[in-house]
Amino acid sequence: MALWDLANSDCILVMGSNMAENHPVGFRFVVEAQRRGATVIHVDPRFTRTSALADLYAPIRAGSDIAFLGGIIRHILENDLWFRDFALAYTNIAHIIADGYAGPDEADGLFSGFDRESGSYSHDTWQYAGKTVPSPVSEHRVKMQESSKDGDFESMSEGPPPTDPTLQHPNCVYQILRRHYARYTPEMVERVTGCPRETFLKVADALARNSGRERTGAICYAVGWTHHSVGVQIIRAASIVQGLLGNVGRPGGGIMALRGHVSIQGSTDIPTLYNMLPTYLPQPNVFHDHATLADYLNVETPATGWWANMPKYVVSLLKAWYGEAATAANDWCYPFLPKLTGDLSQEPMTLAMASGVMRGQFVLGQNPLVGAVNADFVERGLGKLEWLVVRDFAMTETANFWQKGRLIARGELRPEEIETEVFFLPAAMPGEKDGSVTNTSRLVQWHDKVCEAPGDSRSDLWFIYHLGKRLKQLYADSAETRDGPIQALTWDYPEHGAQREPEAEAVLREINGYRVATGEQVPSYKELKDDGSTACGGWMYCGIYPKAGHNVARSRVPDGPDGPGSHLGWAFAWPSNRRTLYNRASADPEGRPWSQAKRMIWWDEASERWTGLDVPDFVETKRPDYRPDWSQRPHGMDALGGDDPFIMEADGKSQLFVPSGLKDGPLPTHYEPIESPVDNPLYRRQINPTAQIWEQDGNRLNPHGDPRFPYVFTTYRLTELHCGGVPTRVMPHTAELQPEAFVEVSPELAEELGIRHLGWTVLSSLRGEIEVKAMVTERLRPLRIDGRIVHQVGMPWVFGREGYARGAVANVLLAITGDANTSIHTTKAVTCGLRPGRIATGARR
Amino acid sequence: MAKRIRKGIGARVAGFLHDWSIPRQIAGESVMSTAARSRTSETLRPRLEEADRVGTGICPFCAVGCGQLIYAKQGRPIHVEGDPRSPVNQGTLCPKGAGTLGMLLSPERVSTVLYRAPRATEWEVKPLDWAMERIAQRTKRARDETFAETLPDGRRVNHTLGLGSLGGATMDNEENYLIKKLFGGGLGMLNIENQARI
Repeated sequence: MALWDLANSDCILVMGSNMAENHPVGFRFVVEAQRRGATVIHVDPRFTRTSALADLYAPIRAGSDIAFLGGIIRHILENDLWFRDFALAYTNIAHIIADGYAGPDEADGLFSGFDRESGSYSHDTWQYAGKTVPSPVSEHRVKMQESSKDGDFESMSEGPPPTDPTLQHPNCVYQILRRHYARYTPEMVERVTGCPRETFLKVADALARNSGRERTGAICYAVGWTHHSVGVQIIRAASIVQGLLGNVGRPGGGIMALRGHVSIQGSTDIPTLYNMLPTYLPQPNVFHDHATLADYLNVETPATGWWANMPKYVVSLLKAWYGEAATAANDWCYPFLPKLTGDLSQEPMTLAMASGVMRGQFVLGQNPLVGAVNADFVERGLGKLEWLVVRDFAMTETANFWQKGRLIARGELRPEEIETEVFFLPAAMPGEKDGSVTNTSRLVQWHDKVCEAPGDSRSDLWFIYHLGKRLKQLYADSAETRDGPIQALTWDYPEHGAQREPEAEAVLREINGYRVATGEQVPSYKELKDDGSTACGGWMYCGIYPKAGHNVARSRVPDGPDGPGSHLGWAFAWPSNRRTLYNRASADPEGRPWSQAKRMIWWDEASERWTGLDVPDFVETKRPDYRPDWSQRPHGMDALGGDDPFIMEADGKSQLFVPSGLKDGPLPTHYEPIESPVDNPLYRRQINPTAQIWEQDGNRLNPHGDPRFPYVFTTYRLTELHCGGVPTRVMPHTAELQPEAFVEVSPELAEELGIRHLGWTVLSSLRGEIEVKAMVTERLRPLRIDGRIVHQVGMPWVFGREGYARGAVANVLLAITGDANTSIHTTKAVTCGLRPGRIATGARR
Repeated sequence: MAKRIRKGIGARVAGFLHDWSIPRQIAGESVMSTAARSRTSETLRPRLEEADRVGTGICPFCAVGCGQLIYAKQGRPIHVEGDPRSPVNQGTLCPKGAGTLGMLLSPERVSTVLYRAPRATEWEVKPLDWAMERIAQRTKRARDETFAETLPDGRRVNHTLGLGSLGGATMDNEENYLIKKLFGGGLGMLNIENQARI
């Protein structure tokens, strides 16, 4: 959904986010909705300014989100509050799951298919009966056990998945959901989360009351949800709530991921990520059947749904990268693509640095010594590199670790012992370069170069382009086949000015795609081909530069006050400039808006097309009453009916239950955080059995129940200081507003420990100790969990030793662990020790 | 200032009465315009008048994507404000966005290439061209020494695990594209990650 669409919501739940403080300008749409009568709810471990502006604040223990959301799912189902016409037609609630399926309610906290030896699941028993369902997620197979049925997606073209619209079948998703969440009662919610059951019920009621034909609700989250060992499943739980309540693809409905960096969405779409090629194509993996292009396409391409077009996107990408060298005879240079052998995300990368596997490292506008977990471990790793290149605009903790790091300060290491060769290259900043960035609602906006970057500061585009030119030159005369990719790589971008700045728009034109024969721009990804006649660097962005001289990301025509409010003339939203994904769901199965108040797109019988206030996310001319002719074994979009809005799924239905693609189970289940002072009240299984744990020297976990670490520790940002912190810590205004680090402690815990407001404290875990001043505040309250008091302690993680606003690095305390699906580290719920005083001087030095 | 102190008492009183806004406010003049006027304010001019260039910016911090207008004079930024046309922010900015100019002009900004040789205790300033060539050479050497064409069992991987790249979420799409293309598609690097996963 678009940020501004939040203003159309009747109920907004902010959870896992402190939106008012961290996305202040986005929050104005929440306030606008509230002025129009919407109920605003904040669920959070800490009372923040978001809570202060909410109509309803519910405190919870950090890391107990699935228990809370599971309680809402149960409340909706048991009280029959779901939007039946929507969910029955558009989700898989009636689908029948394979016979062997068993949930954690009957299988000791595990789903069926768990292999104790490898610690991973097989998804065979999670499938629709008689089907193999492909996952729309490109990274789904990195750790998933191989299944004999992998790649047999043809079963989806033989007929629709079996369903029971009466919802009586014991293995239909509705009945499985009811069984799964039966134990998530309001009493249990209170026991696990610490939220009083009356408050919890008010939240559940408000969400249910504000959904249906006439009303919609939205859920906003941020890294308060992703930074857990069950992060993906927390978000999944929200999507079940929204699927049941009919809050997807409709005005004011949806799930808003509030992302933290200016183009973090863009760098996910056009990924500087290990497991994907541009716009969500899977990076080939040697342990999958990816040896040749035909194998790769065969096992990765779903037979049905939009993703059946994948071969066109893959071949067009190869053509964009390898140009004339890519021919049908050599599989379009597919062998050039490096193959994965496992998880190479940031946490394993840190381990690779520490173990010496990594030789050279580029750090481009990131500051892992503040932003990554277990800062001392990272610092040791940096010292084992042969060389390190840091590009930033001011000194960072990462760049001068060898001179001023914590290990140096403590005397554990001396600069003379550190071999790492370090390059600091000054970077041009926004306003000093042009290019496009993608915001949190997929809005791609161009920005101009207005002024000159000082001295030797250059854009990252300049750096990577000129590095590439030099490397191509160094490899120009090689006869080795391994050097083929760098030799073949297309690298012709026009240069401008004395600094020979490459033209950013030329790169955007390549991302958009062009016809190989004529060089003219491709106007839409529907025109991409798998025969080598088109080249396209990122199919989802196709349409952003549809013809010569027309950069849609530059477009700046907002709707007027009486306009539709979708602002289709303001920049470009991928794909195809549509602002709300799956907006076919804004109309009923017959193609009529669910209500006049909540209309977005609809079927126009006269013109025989979909039309409305947004660009339809559907085949424009597909009638609502279209049904696949199963006798013809339909493929691609032909296998989806005119009333199947979720076109990226193989059967066009939203998945309340996920048959393929998740490594830790088809349904969200409450496990305790990897470090928790509490025994899991819901299952005998304490933590997510598939969570990523990398215990080793320097990265030990606080043992469960260890009296040294009795408190829940959570971290967060501040309005004035941003993430890794350097840009805002060197900015005089913001540094003055938040001059130094602090830890928030409740008055009760402060009294118990003898901590005074603004007095020094020491926080500790097995990863390290930090000293920081206390902010004694009622923003944090002790919670009663499973019959006893649990204290929570919170600290901003944005401080470091550089810049004007300084203080302890909170992430020193955290361990390198990973969510089962994404390998995202846990920062929002670990355990810690706390005492008044300072670290002994000797140790501090 | 020194000149005003030497004025006679009469002139100073007259000047004060002329500048004093309270009587004008009591008389009903607006505190936002005429009642706020003084001799000093009459000599003030908006700094935007000095700008010789204005362009569209996008706030570089969180992912809300607020529009900014960046004003520059002779190649240097002189003012940054919210873009009133943007449906995202309608001219507003949060404390970070409103401080963008302070970031661009921060005295802490480093604008030369710094180099730290192995075991050195201090940075040294180096030419950009020298650093680029050395980085290219070091990249090639690390790649050549760690590149694997196959696994021991003969399966083709064509990758290097000895080189890594972190970062991207603060950068433009075009920059991310070239990083993935050069490092992944050209050099066979797989350890490419950014802030999206942390």
